[in-house]
This record gives sequence, structure tokens and C-alpha cells, in this order.
Amino acid sequence: MRDEPIDPHARIVVIGAGQAGFTACTKLRDLGHQGPITLIGEEAHPPYQRPPLSKGYLLGEITEDRLYFRPLSFYEERSIDLRLSSIASAIDRDRKVVALADGNVIAYDRLILTTGARPRTLPATIGGNLDGVFCVRNLADINAMAERFLEGRRVLIVGGGYIGLEAAAVSAKLGLRVTVIEAALRILQRVACPETAAYFRALHDEKGVTLLEGAALEALEGDDGHVRSARLVGGSVVPVDFVIAGVGVVPNVELAEAAGLTIDNGIAVDETCRTSDPDIYAAGDCASFPWRTGRIRLESVGNAIEQAEAVARSLTGTISHYDAKPWFWSDQYDVKLQIAGLSAGYDNVATRVGSAGGMSYWYYRGKELLAVDAMNEPRVYMVAKRLIEAGRSPSAAVVSDPATELKALLS
Amino acid sequence: MPKISVVAKDGTVFEIQAEPGTSVMENAVRNSVPGIEAECGGACACATCHVYVDEAWQEKVGLPGPIEADMLDFAYDVRPASRLSCQIKVADGLDGLVVLVPERQS
Ligand SMILES: Cc1cc2nc3c(=O)[nH]c(=O)nc-3n(C[C@H](O)[C@H](O)[C@H](O)COP(=O)(O)OP(=O)(O)OC[C@H]3O[C@@H](n4cnc5c(N)ncnc54)[C@H](O)[C@@H]3O)c2cc1C
Ligand code: FES
Repeated sequence: MRDEPIDPHARIVVIGAGQAGFTACTKLRDLGHQGPITLIGEEAHPPYQRPPLSKGYLLGEITEDRLYFRPLSFYEERSIDLRLSSIASAIDRDRKVVALADGNVIAYDRLILTTGARPRTLPATIGGNLDGVFCVRNLADINAMAERFLEGRRVLIVGGGYIGLEAAAVSAKLGLRVTVIEAALRILQRVACPETAAYFRALHDEKGVTLLEGAALEALEGDDGHVRSARLVGGSVVPVDFVIAGVGVVPNVELAEAAGLTIDNGIAVDETCRTSDPDIYAAGDCASFPWRTGRIRLESVGNAIEQAEAVARSLTGTISHYDAKPWFWSDQYDVKLQIAGLSAGYDNVATRVGSAGGMSYWYYRGKELLAVDAMNEPRVYMVAKRLIEAGRSPSAAVVSDPATELKALLS
Repeated sequence: MPKISVVAKDGTVFEIQAEPGTSVMENAVRNSVPGIEAECGGACACATCHVYVDEAWQEKVGLPGPIEADMLDFAYDVRPASRLSCQIKVADGLDGLVVLVPERQS
């Protein structure tokens, strides 16, 4: 399948200077696009990696400049007009221009939307706007909370998803007193099986983190505008010094929506990453795309990179169908979790106990292998990724048998 | 600052002044060496930063750690000289280090 390549001198504008926006621009240049490329980013920093924000950067192990994908000079060298601290405020599809909040307008021949997602915040009515309440999305969020990470401080983490649990692990490592509350009956409810949840619950228990499941926040309470305690549904009160909300994200679709593009749990794109306007593409956390019989939106680095590359290929006329191969990782204490595939829709889970303390859970729908969570089991992850991408499903009995050689599964 | 050389698959040599403590991968990426994808940004989670350490340097650079070794086990065209470049830390003792980028990452 080929798309018509665009005029190599076409003007391309990219809104959102995160992982997907950065990758799209770089790939366009790698593929030989010669026309002007403008990358518009609301944040003050050059495009950077987010995963370390809840890991090494929060721990204080790496400096800010090491998060940047490239130094600023790179954008000049590759003629990518990077506009930082610059907000795109409207898209005029008839005139094919993007309006910036500062009053400037930029004309485009093709537009790429990589606006990402923003964290859900705790409502002001329950104290979400008190001083000392943070979220974990941007460098600025982490820089704002960094000074609170002092030994002995009490931190409450609202939300037991991967980001909340990573923040809990860093906090515990730094000697804070950590409580995690999860409104659902268990942590990782939306993204993982009960077995994986139990594995991480035991890990956090062992590190002294208080994990409360089925514990919903009623309100944060403060004095002098600063958060002091959290009242849970049922009446118990947790005293806190600060709070981190990790309660999920919402895709940034407003700009696209106002421009009349189709929205469906994200900016809706087709197999070639095109939105309902053929001159506008979207990729990364903001985009929902066809997957099997439905449509999904992924929040992961791998997806942002591969989808943005597919956009660049589409624009330059080479093979362009985006074929998602989901993968993800999470680091907590000394455990590296690696996930291959997407577990949504699973109905049974097989367990494989590794030799050197590793563990993996294999998600099946019937006999079809959908995904694998591998904890300190990189070899399982690598094998599972290949199996899933090839659409191969070794039986649950075979994978659970410790005598089964991993490499044999590939042959 | 130690100088390291990363040899791209077309033979182009990238000579880089590398800050001690940074990884070989970071230096290669910052200098846009083709063929180092480093999708996970150094988390030892993707195996797309695979390099071969030049023979003269293998002993100084040392062997991969356990997680790295397991990831490498399934990389493309693994050899005894294979390392994940995000796991090699630049140090003064590695001044002059030479690593080579493989044909492809996966
Ligand atoms: C703390 C944390 C840890 C994570 N850990 C992992 C992990 O371990 N593994 C993994 O695979 N993924 C992880 N992720 C997810 C991963 O970082 C995201 O999926 C990825 O960053 C998505 O890239 P993106 O370019 O789509 O969006 P983003 O990186 O969110 O970038 C979008 C950018 O667009 C800007 N923008 C939005 N609207 C406008 C506008 N109108 N004008 C100008 N600019 C605009 C935003 O300010 C933002 O900078 C993590 C995310 C977070 C926050
Ligand atoms: S960068 Fe991903 S393993 Fe080295």
C-alpha cells in the first residue's frame, strides 16, 4: 500500500513537542523531506523523555538535560523550527493555518497533531487545588514537588496504576512514609491481572508502603491552603505532608475537536494515521486508531515512536499502515516489569515461575496468547514479544512448564 | 573528557567527547549516530541500542549484567562482543573506546 508522497517542499507543522512530535520531525528529515518543518511545543523544555520522571529523575539520579532527546542545536542543524513555550490555540482548516496563542499564524500543507495527554486532576471541590497536591506528567510537575521529597515526610499517592506505584517506589527508596490509596478493589485493576497486582502488592508491602485498596478519597483537607490530611470514604483520616495524584490521563483533543475533526476516545485516525481531514494526521497518546475489530488509544513510548514514524512514512509515500505492536515497561525498586502485547479481553492467565526469582504471567483469550507481564524475566519478554507479533500461541500448559525452553517456543 | 568512537554500519566514524557517567548510548543518540534507536531511553527494556565493543576494549568494558545479558540473548546477530550501549558508562579509563553499530537492531 502506498500513499501519494507529498511535494518534498511542502510545509509541515507539528503541534505538540513530546515523544511523538519529536519522532515525526526527525523521521521526516531522515526520509528526506526538504520543506519547512515547524514543531510547536507548549512546554519550555526541548522535547524530553517522560518515563524517567517517575523513576530515575524523581530519584535524583539523572539531571534534566539528560532527559532531552537531543540538545537544542540539533533542531537548528536539521532545520526543524522548534517553537518552545508556544501554544497552538486554533486550527483553521479552510485557510490551512495554525493560530498560536501569541497571535502568530503558521501556514501548513500537512499538519500533524501530537498533543499527548494531560493528567486527570483531583477536583477543587475535594481539595484538589490545595498547595501540596501534585501530578506526574511534566518536568515542571516533578521540579515543583522535588523539594518535598525529604526523609520521614508523609506522602499520599492517589491511584494504584503504574505511575502511582513508581512514585511510591521512589518515595519509599528516599525514606518517605508512603500510603497509596486505590479506589478500585485492587491496584492495577485496569491494566493487569490479579496475579500481577498481587506481585506488586507484596513488593510494596515488603518495602513498608501502606497500600489501601478499595479506598476512595472523599476529600483532602488543609489549613492555610496547604494540604494536611486526606479523608477516605468510610471516615478514616490519613495525615499527609503532600499528595501525588496518579489517577489517569485524558487525551488532548480540544484543538482537534474545535476544528471539527472526528473524536472517538482520542483524535480518531485511520490505518494510515490520518484524521477525518486528509491533510491532518495524529499520533501518540492523543490518537485513537483501528485495532482488530474496534479502536484503541495507547499511552506508551513505543506507540508514540512507531505511530509517529508511520505518519512520517505516510507523508513521504512509503509503506504507511500502522501496525501496533504494544510494549511497555515499569521499574519499581529492583523489579523491572516488561509487558508485551495488550491484555484487554483476556479470560485466563498462565503462570511461569522463572529460575532466578523472575516471574511471568501469560494472558490468554481462550487459546490465543494476548499479552505477557514479565517481572525480572527479560528473556520471557523478548520471546513473548516475538510470539505475539507473529500471532503465535503456545499453550498455557507448555509455557507454565518450567522445563520448557524459552527458545524452543520460537522454533 | 574521554573520547569515544562509534562506527556506524556504513563505516562512518563518529568521534565524540563524552562526559564521564553518561552512557555510550546517550552520546551516540545525541550525536545522531544512525542505527542506535534506544527506544526505551536507557531503561534496559528494549534492546535497540545494541553495539559490538571493539576487540581491544572488551576486557576494559567488561561483561553485560544479568538483565542486559538476557535482553541481548534475543537481539539480532549477537556476538561475544555484544553489549547494550545504554549499559556502558563512560569513564576516564574508557578514553579511546571504539564500538560498532550492528546491521540492524531487531
Ligand atoms: C511519569 C510518566 C512515566 C511514564 N512511564 C512510561 C514507561 O515506563 N514506559 C512507556 O512506554 N511509557 C511511559 N509513559 C508514557 C509515555 O511517556 C507517553 O506515552 C509518551 O510521552 C506519549 O508521547 P506523546 O508525544 O504522544 O505525548 P506527550 O509526551 O504528552 O507530548 C505532548 C506534548 O504536546 C504539548 N501540547 C499539547 N497541546 C499543545 C498545544 N495546543 N500547543 C502546543 N503544545 C501542545 C504538551 O505540552 C506535551 O509537551 C510515562 C508517562 C509519564 C507521564
Ligand atoms: S536503550 Fe533500550 S535497552 Fe538500551
